[in-house]
Amino acid sequence: MAHGPAKGITRWLYTTNHKDIGSMYLWFSFAMFFLGGIFALVIRAELFQPGLQIVDPNFFNQMTTMHGLVMVFGAVMPAFVGLANWMIPMQIGAPDMALPRMNNWSFWILPFAFAMLSSTLFMEGGAPNFGWTFYAPLSTTYAPPSVTFFIFAVHIMGASSIMGAINIIATIVNMRAPGMTYMKMPLFVWTWLITAFLLIAVMPVLAGVVTMMLMDIHFGTSFFDAAGGGDPVLFQHIFWFFGHPEVYIMILPAFGIVSAIIPTFARKPLFGYSSMVYATAAIAFLSFVVWAHHMFTVGLPIAGELFFMWATMLIAVPTGVKVFNWVATMFKGAMTFETPMLFSIAFVILFTIGGFSGLMLAIAPADFQYHDTYFVVAHFHYVLVPGAIFSITAGVYYWLPKWCGNMYNETMGKVHFWLAFIGLNVTFFPMHFSGLAGMPRRIPDYNMMFADWNMISSVGAFLFGAAQVMFLYNVIATIVGGKKATAEVWENPEGLEWTVPSPAPYHTFSEPPEFKSSH
Amino acid sequence: MLKTARGLSAWLLGFAVLLASHWTLAEETAQLKFNMTRGVTPVSQDIHGLHMLMFWWCVGIGVVVFGVMFVSMFLHRKSRGVKPANFHESTWLELTWTAIPFAILILMGIPASKSLIELYDTSESEVDVLITGYQWRWKYEILGEDVSFFSNLSTPRDEIDGFAEKNPNYLLEVDEPLVLPVGKKVRFIVTANDVIHNWWVPDFGVKRDAIPGFTNESWAIIEEPGVYRGQCAELCGKDHGFMPIVVEAKTQEEYRAWLDEKKAAAAALAELTEKTFTFDELYAKGEEVYNRSCAACHQANGEGVPGAFPSLKQGITVGPIKEHIDVVVNGVNGTAMQAFGEQLSEVDIAAVVTYERNAWGNNMGDLAQPLDIYNHKQGK
Repeated sequence: MAHGPAKGITRWLYTTNHKDIGSMYLWFSFAMFFLGGIFALVIRAELFQPGLQIVDPNFFNQMTTMHGLVMVFGAVMPAFVGLANWMIPMQIGAPDMALPRMNNWSFWILPFAFAMLSSTLFMEGGAPNFGWTFYAPLSTTYAPPSVTFFIFAVHIMGASSIMGAINIIATIVNMRAPGMTYMKMPLFVWTWLITAFLLIAVMPVLAGVVTMMLMDIHFGTSFFDAAGGGDPVLFQHIFWFFGHPEVYIMILPAFGIVSAIIPTFARKPLFGYSSMVYATAAIAFLSFVVWAHHMFTVGLPIAGELFFMWATMLIAVPTGVKVFNWVATMFKGAMTFETPMLFSIAFVILFTIGGFSGLMLAIAPADFQYHDTYFVVAHFHYVLVPGAIFSITAGVYYWLPKWCGNMYNETMGKVHFWLAFIGLNVTFFPMHFSGLAGMPRRIPDYNMMFADWNMISSVGAFLFGAAQVMFLYNVIATIVGGKKATAEVWENPEGLEWTVPSPAPYHTFSEPPEFKSSH
Repeated sequence: MLKTARGLSAWLLGFAVLLASHWTLAEETAQLKFNMTRGVTPVSQDIHGLHMLMFWWCVGIGVVVFGVMFVSMFLHRKSRGVKPANFHESTWLELTWTAIPFAILILMGIPASKSLIELYDTSESEVDVLITGYQWRWKYEILGEDVSFFSNLSTPRDEIDGFAEKNPNYLLEVDEPLVLPVGKKVRFIVTANDVIHNWWVPDFGVKRDAIPGFTNESWAIIEEPGVYRGQCAELCGKDHGFMPIVVEAKTQEEYRAWLDEKKAAAAALAELTEKTFTFDELYAKGEEVYNRSCAACHQANGEGVPGAFPSLKQGITVGPIKEHIDVVVNGVNGTAMQAFGEQLSEVDIAAVVTYERNAWGNNMGDLAQPLDIYNHKQGK
């Protein structure tokens, strides 16, 4: 057998190659990003002006639910796993992932999970309509029959994530090139290692909570039904014990990507490498003790309220350290602003703005006004869109020449960036205002006093959507043709991935490379 | 590149003009709101103060951090011919920018903790209101006064569907507002009957989850008379966006008068229970009740939503009348069908049962009298 890939469809079905699997994850995630985006545009179209014009309220709720689920579990998480598959072996000098067959399996169950989830849209009673947070008893006693398919889909997604996480941990712990000690690993590897532990810790909790729902719905238990001695608030505690670490699962790898890109284009080593590692670990630890800040209005005892408020505020410290380190990396560098750098700088600025609104939300008394309004929607879209999505986009532009051997079109990349940047801010910044003015989230219709901000948000959303179509075109055009990329691609970038040719051969590092750290 | 920039700025300008024209238009109809209300209670004013304090802290930190960033983006560009420095570590700096944010957080947290403790003090109330969330209406009960009623959205369907012009209180208006006295400490006890709702009036700074089987408490001293509007703030199903809250704050005398009026109306309704109605009276009244309380799920044409809400053109509405009454009065356990026995009066239930059995081509020809409903409730 030669070392090249197999021919035809079986290459993709049977592959155990980390690069093939990484590509499949990324394409799958891209497809889900567009699907979730279409759901979002249905929402924004309905909210363009007051009154019910396009969809009925029940379908609107299905759209908000499916948008959240598809974006979180279908777009962001698989994209990070895809990047991990491609980059972690190449960054640590390993020939492949440690558990290649499981790698294949953890990817291939995902399309089935999402096919099942999407099929609920065509079922009698409609798709899940209880929000991506699926609070009981709305998601149990009062749910449409399709909830059972939703539960099964979540189980599959969870299994996929856990397998992916185990694989990443096994790879990083066992397969680093000689000389690459833990404190010499690239930050993307570090942040993913920590993320993988978070995944293993909380995905079973999610599986547990949906199983309890399943029991309540079909087997007569009353975990979340007060009439049977259960407690609806218990659901929220379990859900957010998963849910809060989950939001860091969606941001820690982003920190890693940005920590790779900023030094390259500032032509200066990352400032405070070890403090970056410690800050990431601190954030991961704190993520387990702040879950109830999502529940300030459920009637926690005052002691609980105070604890979760202070613990939440504490997260600002390590997060601040990260932002300061990125700024210090840029300071006195020699910067150029290629597309990956533009997305990374936007990441730092806009993620910080999302952090500010997060800090405001942490103030429990103020949260009594912010909770469940568009202010919250603005907050988490500011940390997820310029946070997770922009960092993934930056990573794709940064590593795409290494993957396919061609340079992307820089002008088109920049236009994509500016359209996305403007579109994003026009969409989400006004949501701060509509939320503060008193607009609750997840409503299909609203009073005229919120009309202006909603109209602006809707215009921005369609602009943002259009920008992503341009991204798709640019990626395809780069894969098909374009200027040949050098092995280094950028000016003197750091990392083992730049020591192999572009495009990276199907098998890299069959012999462990010699690793020399620059710091 | 210059061409792209020019195209982009032209596009931006066009967008700005569009916005400006839209805003002038908007000013004629409604005021543009963009910040949190100060509200009319000590708690809401406290919260507003905290909100502004936090806002200015964030602005200050943002100016410093983004300032340094923009300066270096401007000065430390390769195109200016600068050579990159090579520093990449400073324990002293790391400690500084850990300690300073920590100190700022303490400055933020202290006033917040104080407000929180005050917000939690529901003792020594003078008026107690029990608020129960239903899909999709609120029930108010003034404790110790024997006054209890439901509050429904009163915006006409035509305004929602765009067939009529929307009035200024579109979606923020109800048939029966809650009336409260000004200057008294009012305690809200919040719970729910079906799913989790959330009772939120921004002007009071009160937002509490209404959880089935549990109660939450909150309080307000309303300082100014007026009409205050809010909405449900927890996704509670299809009509989550259509269960507003309206509170009218009045003087003590007006409040007492309102209580008396409510009691008199309840007594008059009880008397009607003994009256015998004609079929046409019941049918006409039933249509009105149906559209207010049932059509949200079972639809105006009685056909329901397949898979979610059953059609009323078959099943119990065309079966034995006793079973029909039982379902309306006691609901169906484990489904979205609520027990309407406590939500609607005997007259209303009799009317709606009569209507359902004879509308949309159903032709049972029978009717229910309020006394039948009363007897059913008594277990006869």
